[in-house]
Amino acid sequence: MKVLNILISAFRALQRNKMRSFLTMLGIIIGVAAVIAMLAIGQGAQYSVEQQISSLGTNVLIVFPGSQNAGGVKGGAGTNTTLTEDDCIAIQRECPAVALLSPGTQAGGQIIAGNMNWATGIQGTGSDYLEIRKWGIEYGDFYTDADIKAAAKVCVLGKTVADALFPDGSPVGQTVRIRNVPCKVLGVLTKKGQNAMGQDQDDVVLAPWTTVKRRLTWFPYLRQILVSAATPAAIPVAQQQITELLRMRHKIAPYDPDDFTIRNQADLANAATATTQILTILLASIASVSLLVGGIGIMNIMLVSVTERTREIGIRMSVGARSKDILTQFLIEALVLSLLGGITGILLGVGGSQAISTLAKWPTIITFFSILLSFGFSIAIGIFFGFYPARKAAMLNPIDALRYE
Amino acid sequence: MTGAVKPAPIAATPPPGASGDGLLIQIDHLSRTYMLGEVEVHALRGISVSVRRGEFVAIMGASGSGKSTFMNILGCLDKPTKGTYILDGIDVSGLTRDELARIRNNKLGFVFQGFNLLSRTSAIENVELPLLYGTASLKDREARAIKALNMVGLGDRIHHFPNQLSGGQQQRVAIARALVNDPSIVLADEPTGNLDSRTSVEVMGIFQDLNEKGITVILVTHEPDIAQFAKRHIIFRDGRIQSDKPNPSPKLAADVIRDLPALDLEEPV
Repeated sequence: MKVLNILISAFRALQRNKMRSFLTMLGIIIGVAAVIAMLAIGQGAQYSVEQQISSLGTNVLIVFPGSQNAGGVKGGAGTNTTLTEDDCIAIQRECPAVALLSPGTQAGGQIIAGNMNWATGIQGTGSDYLEIRKWGIEYGDFYTDADIKAAAKVCVLGKTVADALFPDGSPVGQTVRIRNVPCKVLGVLTKKGQNAMGQDQDDVVLAPWTTVKRRLTWFPYLRQILVSAATPAAIPVAQQQITELLRMRHKIAPYDPDDFTIRNQADLANAATATTQILTILLASIASVSLLVGGIGIMNIMLVSVTERTREIGIRMSVGARSKDILTQFLIEALVLSLLGGITGILLGVGGSQAISTLAKWPTIITFFSILLSFGFSIAIGIFFGFYPARKAAMLNPIDALRYE
Repeated sequence: MTGAVKPAPIAATPPPGASGDGLLIQIDHLSRTYMLGEVEVHALRGISVSVRRGEFVAIMGASGSGKSTFMNILGCLDKPTKGTYILDGIDVSGLTRDELARIRNNKLGFVFQGFNLLSRTSAIENVELPLLYGTASLKDREARAIKALNMVGLGDRIHHFPNQLSGGQQQRVAIARALVNDPSIVLADEPTGNLDSRTSVEVMGIFQDLNEKGITVILVTHEPDIAQFAKRHIIFRDGRIQSDKPNPSPKLAADVIRDLPALDLEEPV
């Protein structure tokens, strides 16, 4: 019997019991839709975590000064005064794996604009800072190398600060006083939201690192050096090169510890991704159970169908159907059920995920992989759970089948 | 399989392996024993019989005489325990399940007492069913099914469903299904058992027409009236053939119908 004929007769057989076919498919529909939706939710969570991590910047390395030791009392990371502008110049010149670099200085304090004021941190940065952190200017400009060279009295406001100080107007061109130093506002940063730790990344004022160093803190050393590697693969290479360079420049003896620390975004990212991946797998496995139950539903109905159609099987055998023909017929029927259910389930799952996105404001991501997975799963279930009933039908004795009442 | 798969036209030379005198069925010392629990049931005890092309045989006997078992074996639905059965030059006693299915598809047509049509399936689709398991193309299938339905006088009802047809019409659909593959033999198992006497005669008329065209018909019945339309009577008793003789004066269905009182119209128009 040709495949097309079998397909046609399978569709006819399912059509004869529309309600039953639909209810059988419902198991698969719900299972597949659940798998798709759960994967979409899990992957959405994964995406938003990754998004938050990469909001720190991609391929980013942060060099901190080491701990200051004073008579055995250790000051903790970042307290030492070992990183200098010369280190920056050397890194940029001698570490080929480093793409961009921004020296970092810091100050804190009250920012005053007219009758408004706001306490925040002031980050002194280089001109490549925004590019390293994949950040943008919403309006206005960023400061240039010339501003940095001149330690110009300019700044750029984070979104939170801009909203706090200038609730009704554009801050660009206005002057704010940072620790009583009047600085011209060049621009406002785009909103970046919370970081992975829940801190508001927009509550910040950026200024040329030289300005912070010479006009606000008079602290001659750098608090950090922000470095980006050319590619993700270059991160460990850059780390290695910087370590070797700084050890040499700081004249550290071979077995002595570093007087600086290099932190790497990848470690944090990996840990967070692993967590959300576990979440995704967990959700998907729970959903798979319902898919399995749907498969058992198919087997149940196919067994009923074989019993109910024993006489039909007998008739088909008497006119020349071989066991193989009967087996194929019932297998195809099960497969059509599970496939139709699978396709409907995919549509429902995609729609459901969109609804969750819109209504619950939860990011969902539907990947081609998850669709392929559920599609493959429903085919496998059709074959697996359809085989036993089909075999039962094919093994019937034609005489008994014909006499069956 | 040694013989040609397709049955040769009636007048042509028989396929290789068949004896030259038109023998279609050769059965030699055939037995069939069932095991019912611990008990052996001897349904057939060494039957030898042969049937030529173009015969019209009625098999009779009381229930339990073995005639149904014999019919199942003739129809390749069952296999003999002992003995040989050569059908159209092929020894079918040693064939596998699937090979027997092939034989049923090519050489045999069945007509049952209960019609055994697929419900909720139109007449033409029921008739096409055997062709689905062969090699015929879609167009060919349709043409042959229509031709078979015309032969039984149902050319105007090809899209009717079984529940829209009378018993006689349903049985005619079943006969068309049996004919559609040009079988060597039509096997009919109590084909009139569910029909009233007038319709029974009509159905027997169809079998007689087919037989006139050269188709071999083997009929199982326990009604002597029905057997009167056949040309040869084989009577079974206790698993053996009690008698096997030609019917000297077979009745013609056409004559019987003419003599029947004209009743109200049986067939829905």
